[in-house]
Amino acid sequence: MEKLSFKLDAPIRAGGSRKQAIVGVVASGNLEVLLERASPSDVCTIDVATAAHGFGTVWEAVLRDFVARRAAGGLRISVNDGGARPDTVALRLAQGVRMIEEPEA
Amino acid sequence: MTTVRADAASLSWYEASARQRIDALIDRGSFDEFIGPEQRETSPHLSIFDLPEQFDDGIVIGRGHLDASSVLVAAQEGRFMGGALGEVHGAKLTGLLRAARKLKEDVLILFDTGGVRLQEANAGELAIAEIMRAVIEVRRAGIKVIGLIGGRAGCYGGGSLIAGTCSNLIISEQGRISVSGPEVIETNKGVEEFDSRDRALVWRTMGGKHRYLIGGADMFVDDAALAFREAAIAALQLDRRCDLAVLAAEQERLERRLKRFGHARDAVEVWQSMGIEKPAEIPGLPAEEFLRRAADKRENADDAR
Amino acid sequence: MTLDDILAGLFPSGIDIKRAGTEVAGRATLSDAGPIHLLGITQGSPVGVDEAIALARRVIEIIKSGDRAPILLLVDSASQLMSRRDELLGLNEYLAHLAKVLLLAEAEGHRTVGLLYGGSAAGAFIATALAAGTLVALPTAHPVVMDLPSMARVTKLPIEVLKAKAETTPVFAPGLDNMVRTGGVHFVWSEGEPLSAQLAAVLARPAGDDERDRLGAARGGRRKAAEIADRVAAIAMRSCTEPHDD
Repeated sequence: MEKLSFKLDAPIRAGGSRKQAIVGVVASGNLEVLLERASPSDVCTIDVATAAHGFGTVWEAVLRDFVARRAAGGLRISVNDGGARPDTVALRLAQGVRMIEEPEA
Repeated sequence: MTTVRADAASLSWYEASARQRIDALIDRGSFDEFIGPEQRETSPHLSIFDLPEQFDDGIVIGRGHLDASSVLVAAQEGRFMGGALGEVHGAKLTGLLRAARKLKEDVLILFDTGGVRLQEANAGELAIAEIMRAVIEVRRAGIKVIGLIGGRAGCYGGGSLIAGTCSNLIISEQGRISVSGPEVIETNKGVEEFDSRDRALVWRTMGGKHRYLIGGADMFVDDAALAFREAAIAALQLDRRCDLAVLAAEQERLERRLKRFGHARDAVEVWQSMGIEKPAEIPGLPAEEFLRRAADKRENADDAR
Repeated sequence: MTLDDILAGLFPSGIDIKRAGTEVAGRATLSDAGPIHLLGITQGSPVGVDEAIALARRVIEIIKSGDRAPILLLVDSASQLMSRRDELLGLNEYLAHLAKVLLLAEAEGHRTVGLLYGGSAAGAFIATALAAGTLVALPTAHPVVMDLPSMARVTKLPIEVLKAKAETTPVFAPGLDNMVRTGGVHFVWSEGEPLSAQLAAVLARPAGDDERDRLGAARGGRRKAAEIADRVAAIAMRSCTEPHDD
């Protein structure tokens, strides 16, 4: 497994009050994304464990795009990747943020 | 902890994830997960094989309310490692069952498993044995353990043996129960014995409709979360013991099954000898018509499981 | 040791057994003069619906007798019978039923001791040896979840790679030593000591809760299982707000 770590500026804090959210499943072409509020509110940290080696630059591009488009400040994001394509990764990240921003039941 | 919101009435049980099933099955907002993914209790063994881990090791456990009754729930994620049991996955279920006995809380097991995880074969096999013992200890205390079967991985291998210890089994057409899977039988015994690519054969032999008819499952439902929920609520109303009388009755039931159907070469022959009207039509029938034809003809395992 | 050697070593004063195909059943007398029921699957044979239901019937008869005598289950089997007929007939129920009656026997006061002296695999292993209250083995035993060639095929790894990985962990490869280290087998008996004394020692220990996960932790073969199960139980108890009997 390849382990990647990113710490990116995310000036807008992720909304809502939920402490955590999880989306996705670790399977071929899929990934799971765990989101927790555990970073400074203007930073987003992302840790990735991936079965597909050598795609560090692709991950960086997807993640930079993600923090630029979404309010991801204060989030610690942890990913277990089963070899998903970049668009699936982007989808899960977006789903994850939507979930953690959902009003509590 | 939020999950993807699911419309219970239309959510396909087969297509849903473990978390979506729990979300649709139990009363909204009532689920309290134990050892959730934030605990990161992943498998200690998959890295040897350079395989990805899942934070919950493929099983979600906790407590929820079902129509306001407190129940303990375990849901296997069939798409992670085929829902197979490894050391941590198995231990989560074992712990849940041991708690059920102390707390006298009923348990729902949402099966979706190919059996033992090969990369952790010994740990998985032992987990199954420990789970089966824990189920029986729970049941001897008069508590119910209800199995729900209808996921993509089916209920195979050791998982099917755990299912065989449950007090009640709810199954959909998509559900399958078998000890050896079709490919394993074919690899070991040849395509004449079992053509694993013959999907119709797989479903006739191991699928939900056949299991319901032969008494291998107790309730047959549509592939919809709401149907599973309603069946689970009904199952929780039933009284189920596990004692000598029940096991002696099961002995009789299983001996009688061999006498009645032991020479059948195919499920259609079994259904025919049950007296089912136009048995060859069974696989194609919608649930309502299937249940109508099954009524009074199917084998019943009440108080004999 | 052949099965006859084993039985002679266990019961020097003799036994009364019948063989029906690969099944054995009967009685013997322990060194303390108490009775013991004997059951067995022999000759490395697979366990299908017919074998499972026949064995289960014996166990039920023993429970109905109410004599609370221990049961020795001798195991030298293959895996479950891989057959279309057996799956059609619901093999999972037959194997589960066999395990259930063995578990019930122990709960009803019949100590059940599994003696693995040959092979056993997968579903048959779970339904027989692993359903006993205590599992012992002779050094010649060879329990298997899945044989390495099949595992190589399913995991798509070369068998040499699997063998190399098996050197580093007891968690997946077949063999008695791994099943001991993971806590599945309680004791390995010595062929050099009288088997009757070793059986007496096992029966002298009280029956109790399922401690195999603790055994696996103590022996280093399964370091997480007991801890996870304990934590789950503790969390469930702590978070329960409804009254319950203790």
